[in-house]
Amino acid sequence: MARMKFICDAERCIECNGCVTACKNEHEVPWGVNRRRVVTLNDGVPGEKSISVACMHCSDAPCMAVCPVNCFYKTDEGVVLHDKDICIGCGYCSYACPFGAPQFPSQGTFGVRGKMDKCTFCAGGPEEHGSQSEFEKYGRNRLAEGKLPACAEMCSTKALLAGDGDVITDILRGRVISRGKGAEVWGWGTAYGNQAKQGA
Amino acid sequence: MKAAFIVCAAALLAACGEKPQEVKGVRTDLPPYQGTGVASFTESGWKAGDKDGWANHLKARATYGMNDHVRAPK
Repeated sequence: MARMKFICDAERCIECNGCVTACKNEHEVPWGVNRRRVVTLNDGVPGEKSISVACMHCSDAPCMAVCPVNCFYKTDEGVVLHDKDICIGCGYCSYACPFGAPQFPSQGTFGVRGKMDKCTFCAGGPEEHGSQSEFEKYGRNRLAEGKLPACAEMCSTKALLAGDGDVITDILRGRVISRGKGAEVWGWGTAYGNQAKQGA
Repeated sequence: MKAAFIVCAAALLAACGEKPQEVKGVRTDLPPYQGTGVASFTESGWKAGDKDGWANHLKARATYGMNDHVRAPK
């Protein structure tokens, strides 16, 4: 198995926020904390583009590099997780993350001490799988239930893909071929470089 | 009467207890293919501890659930 990854197909995302709602509901995320959110560029202008953003579970995660108490770890599937019993809530990971994934609640069970909270790829945390303590700290462990992240499985347009990197890139590649275009897709040039005019 | 009062008071005050909050060091996590042990929430089609079965199950789930190109009529 390759690494677990998210891909958001900006050609399909309709900014419905279904992924945000699915995440909130699945993990009972407290008010004020958004593990996932939808970002729209040129909102209201014809041709606007939206993408769903959360922790991207980076291969070389900056949050792991800057954490002073080394509370992060990476699973064999490439999911970046952290231990809330070790986290001191300093916020360094928030400064380091280019996606704004780390969240710091100010109230709630674990918010009183400002422990960092972020997307877990629905893989729980360093507690017994399926236990109450795992759910309270990190949310549901869908991966250990044989399921994929709720945000992607709930996505109505299948814009948000989650799973084995090889599988979801195959899906996206098939879409690009079906559309008959690739280099024109928003973000493609940034990632791979092209001569096409870069919009948005 | 006095004994009943003590029993009732003990039962009521038991709800005021706090959960243990001992400090724990760095812990390792079990791999997800070990399952949760909660059968009601676990998807069928793979057995806990079977790494290849788990990976194949997730692959099939992603392929069927997210790739509408293979589901739509040609």
